[in-house]
Amino acid sequence: MNFFTRKRSATSAKERLQLVLVHDRTDLTAGQLESLKDDLLKAISQYIEIDPEAVRIELERDGRSQRLVADIPLKTPSRHRAG
Amino acid sequence: MTAQVITVTSGKGGVGKTTAVANLATSLAMDGKKVVCIDGDIGLRNLDVVMGLENRIVYDIVDVIEGRCKLKQAMIRDKHFTDMYLIPAAQTRDKNAVSPSDMVRLCNDLRADTDFVIIDSPAGIERGFRNAIAAADSVLVVTNPEVSAVRDADRVVGILEAEEKGNPSLIINRLNPTLVKNNDMLSAEDVLDLLGIRLIGIVPEDENVIIGSNRGAPVVTDGKSRAGQAFRNIAKRLQGEDVPFMDLAPQSGLWNTIQRLAGRK
Ligand SMILES: Nc1ncnc2c1ncn2[C@@H]1O[C@H](COP(=O)(O)OP(=O)(O)O)[C@@H](O)[C@H]1O
Ligand SMILES: [Mg+2]
Repeated sequence: MNFFTRKRSATSAKERLQLVLVHDRTDLTAGQLESLKDDLLKAISQYIEIDPEAVRIELERDGRSQRLVADIPLKTPSRHRAG
Repeated sequence: MTAQVITVTSGKGGVGKTTAVANLATSLAMDGKKVVCIDGDIGLRNLDVVMGLENRIVYDIVDVIEGRCKLKQAMIRDKHFTDMYLIPAAQTRDKNAVSPSDMVRLCNDLRADTDFVIIDSPAGIERGFRNAIAAADSVLVVTNPEVSAVRDADRVVGILEAEEKGNPSLIINRLNPTLVKNNDMLSAEDVLDLLGIRLIGIVPEDENVIIGSNRGAPVVTDGKSRAGQAFRNIAKRLQGEDVPFMDLAPQSGLWNTIQRLAGRK
């Protein structure tokens, strides 16, 4: 590892702990969170067209509570206009 | 008098629970309070040596609970502070000899005639921890600015919330200001942000803590020690005083220059 590009260790400690604590508190593994996201996207796609690449679904900490935050940009329904 | 029962716990072992109990109790006694410490670490008795009382033990907490002695007989009086007592842990007995309701009963018997009861919890989240928090009016969670200690503290805080032991306060122990300055140790702000609970004190890493436990004289009795000062401040906060937090910045360049000029470096 290069000395100049290496992240100082306290920064890694904090980032790693942020993730670990969210999973510990919600009792949700990273794998389970992934399948939750997939299921959520599938459900939404039945009604509206979305770009799976642009979707952001994350567990966030807010003090001692957790929230599931989703940012799901919708696709412009261009083919309807063209038709 | 009606005592405040305070439990000191942490999840992870070795973070400074026993050190905190001995120092907070001594500091409260120095402020003229009547204090009873209870060593809740059955099988791993330690508070007695840290307080320098190991030679005075006759009865222990299990003797009281099983009716082999009166409560007063198991209360060992401190060598220097006549209003400070220790109820030692049993060293040989099965830790299931004590139950949460035993602890509640014991503390209720102490309440009328005491200002503070301070309980030293064992590490972990098992029976001994459950016993230690059963009677608590308030809980102090001790952690170090280090990943595994913070993670375990968070687990303990979660259990306290679930048990409605609500709103524990945090002691961040063994903070090294130089490492924090170099961004090689989590800062107090980082730890607070991660755990999301109220802070009651930050205790710096200080070799005088070890010197104090070698002698069986808690570091709060050393007027010059920074850790001692930090523990004395926490004891004041437990008594409801609003004491500002210490400046734990590493000794400044100016300080170093003065030391150099004085030929100490
Ligand atoms: N602020 C501090 N500075 C230096 N050493 C410390 C400090 N706090 C605790 N220690 C040392 O850390 C070790 C573990 O402390 P202890 O109180 O026995 O932890 P616990 O009861 O949580 O297992 C002891 O050797 C103690 O002297
Ligand atoms: Mg201990």
